[in-house]
Amino acid sequence: MRGRSLALLLCLFPLAALGASTVQQEVLDNGLKVLVKPDQRAPVVTVQVWYRVGSGDEHEGLTGLSHMLEHMMFKGTETLAPGDYSRIIAANGGEENAFTSRDYTAYYQNLASDRLDIAFELEADRMRHLKLAPEEFAPELQVVREERRMRTEDNPRSLTYERFNAAAFEVSPYRHPVIGWASDIEQYRIEDLRSWYRQWYAPNNATLVVAGDVQPEEVFRLAERHFGPLESETIEPIKARPEPEQLGEKRIQVKAPAQEPWLVMGYKTPVLATAKPGAEWEPYALEMLAAVLDGGSSARFSRELVRSRQIAASAGAGYSAFSRRSELFLLEGVPARGQDIATLEAALREQIERVRTEPVQPEELERIRTQLIAGKVYEQDSLFYQAMQLGMLETVGLGWELADTYVERISAVTPEQIQAVARNYLVSDHLTVAVLDPQPTESVATPSTSLGDSGHVH
Amino acid sequence: MCIDRRALRPWIATGLLLLATSAQALPEIQSWTTSNGARVLFASAPELPMVDVHIAFDAGSARDGAHPGLASLTAALLTQGAGAWNADGIAERLEGVGAELHASADRDMTEVTLRSLTREDALETAVATLAAILARPTFAPEDVERMRRNRLVALRQEQESPREVASRALWRAVFANHPYAEDPQGTPEAIKAIDRETLAAFHERYYRGANAVIAIVGALDRAGAEQLAERILGELPRGARAAELPPAPELTAARQERIAFPSSQTTILAGQPGMRRGDPDYFPLYVGNHILGGSGLVSLLMEEIRAKRGLSYSTYSYFLPLAQPGPFLMSLQTRNDQAEAAQALMLETLRRFIERGPTEEELDAARKNITGGFPLRIDSNADIVRYLAMIGFYGLELDYLARFTARIESVTAEQIRDAFARRVHPERLVTVSVGEMGAHGPEVARQ
Repeated sequence: MRGRSLALLLCLFPLAALGASTVQQEVLDNGLKVLVKPDQRAPVVTVQVWYRVGSGDEHEGLTGLSHMLEHMMFKGTETLAPGDYSRIIAANGGEENAFTSRDYTAYYQNLASDRLDIAFELEADRMRHLKLAPEEFAPELQVVREERRMRTEDNPRSLTYERFNAAAFEVSPYRHPVIGWASDIEQYRIEDLRSWYRQWYAPNNATLVVAGDVQPEEVFRLAERHFGPLESETIEPIKARPEPEQLGEKRIQVKAPAQEPWLVMGYKTPVLATAKPGAEWEPYALEMLAAVLDGGSSARFSRELVRSRQIAASAGAGYSAFSRRSELFLLEGVPARGQDIATLEAALREQIERVRTEPVQPEELERIRTQLIAGKVYEQDSLFYQAMQLGMLETVGLGWELADTYVERISAVTPEQIQAVARNYLVSDHLTVAVLDPQPTESVATPSTSLGDSGHVH
Repeated sequence: MCIDRRALRPWIATGLLLLATSAQALPEIQSWTTSNGARVLFASAPELPMVDVHIAFDAGSARDGAHPGLASLTAALLTQGAGAWNADGIAERLEGVGAELHASADRDMTEVTLRSLTREDALETAVATLAAILARPTFAPEDVERMRRNRLVALRQEQESPREVASRALWRAVFANHPYAEDPQGTPEAIKAIDRETLAAFHERYYRGANAVIAIVGALDRAGAEQLAERILGELPRGARAAELPPAPELTAARQERIAFPSSQTTILAGQPGMRRGDPDYFPLYVGNHILGGSGLVSLLMEEIRAKRGLSYSTYSYFLPLAQPGPFLMSLQTRNDQAEAAQALMLETLRRFIERGPTEEELDAARKNITGGFPLRIDSNADIVRYLAMIGFYGLELDYLARFTARIESVTAEQIRDAFARRVHPERLVTVSVGEMGAHGPEVARQ
């Protein structure tokens, strides 16, 4: 999986990802959207609450606030003590966690299906009644600072990717890391969190997704009981801040302790939410193009760059049509031994030039379609994944119904359309290139035979 | 970018403690042996038109001998050429029918997994490809060379991660001369020296019917599964099951290894030999560890280190049960200047837990969590096939899942206290720190 390092960084949705059926929907009076996908294969349920707020909604100086708030959602409400939420879920045999992205913040519980009521009660409680106590905020802020050190500061490719985004986007809030800049994190105040919570955590800014061994009518009844009494909020949409047209190629270098260089390149591209009227096919063509390059071991990058020409130790391409703002079409790679970044970059550019000048082969598209269709079957083995697609599509504003039609729409993409998007969007004036330039990491070991004899710490 | 709020599970992905039972309908496991001696475990799952196959050979990195990385490189080369096909041909055949195939090695086993549609043409192509990969890998010199070079790049990238550096150092210190000491990915020196003959010899020795377990879950009946197992493994000579591994010796003294690393945090791992699969103390140790550091946010380690003091984003402990006792391991990572204090707190939390044992309240909460969550552990074909492979490979009882809940329920606080006192020795732990905390004292060059 080393060739998929982008997926680790980006949470890209694999092509074979999207799909659903027999979903039932209801909207409560306070605006909460409830989606139910029954699946009786096992007596379990996944409950997910999706809020339409993420780092893409954040201001300068307060980046990462959505993620910090996500942490605080486990730290007590007006009626529940800090940690009680997790203890109650644990006592009921549940798994729980949450995740924050540019476009959303989501919370989930996986439980035996007879515990649905408990999950609803807890999620409804923390939707409007979070405590945000200063004494809980202080240690949790330290946790988030440690999290940033672990994920970003001490990980050379994450660090490079962070700086790459900041270079690629000049105005779009996608220039900020989801976890926030270190200096912003240090300066959060509890009041910042309180107003962020009040502003975004409301039934009319959320989608509740339930998948598993449930009856939709019963889910709607329980949702009405627990979430129905919650007050809605006036949601002020944030200002658009669209990225202005890029006026020439940009390059940055990131020097960090590392062993191997890494190259990442990104072209500005539209997504479904920002596609021009009449050009809604373009994001699908870009998804198909990413799969032609990197949709498996039979795709071009593995076959040509890794195996045949042996320029890359690993190489990847990534694009997702499902974000709220315009995105990048990404290429990345690590040079093979004896090759360098310049050779790798030239080879990646050559690959792009080829899709601009030559139509892709029908066999390549056929193989991708076959993988997509198989993926639709495989995804039914994961409740969580199915629920996640519904929640994500609904929250980014595309509508959960897209899960049902995605494969059909992407399968309709033609070689000519792929060539057209390559010509229109994969242009060097809209390209940003970042190179990780490895700095020494010499490490030394000092074994000693007993504990506690090692002196002070610098 | 996705941010998981915290790491609930240890990072090591294989052989985790995935266990538990309830009144839920359990998969009905059938078992038999193929004509060439492979053990089959099968559960029918007719709901979806797909099948999952896991093949486990007793061919983990513990069998690498003088060539650390051999099992893993052998596995990686399977898909690079086999039978009549080169890597392109194999990839096109599999992806052309939407099949997914992976091959890798951990310390105990080489595992090859296939997920395919059961539609006849798809399954036929996938199975023919898989059978060739297992029985007739090519190990073409140019593929061997390419995979070796790319592995060397990957090994260097691993050295960029304080966690990977710490993990390798800990296993080496805990297992010393035992075959579990080296990382399955191998060492640069060994990878450079592995040649085609070494790979072919490893394959010939270990990719054998009697050395294999195959788990099958999917939309097949017994007859279909029998046929499938024969088709996949039938070309392999019977051979013999690999000899049992020796147990790792207990540690005799505490030991701390400090590795200087240019990172803002110090990563701390502490460990010692723990327990094996089927261990008589398995359940008390499993439940006890659940309380100590195995239950995410509600564990004692999380409470002390993260919730109360904000010292680390992730902290946990686990036993990794292997064929022979795998490690008991604890971990955290924190800002360099507070690493000493955090390490002391982690070890103190362990000591206190061993001394006092679990409270009845903690034990009750752990039992409820494990048994209440049992349905989640077997709610997908992907989960069930992993259980079947584990049960088959480690020779656990076929009613392992059926008895699991009752065994958890029957664990007492006294059993946990007793098992921890006998099996976990804080005065003989290996501790590894990677970060600036280690940037002092006499320096020893390290590869």
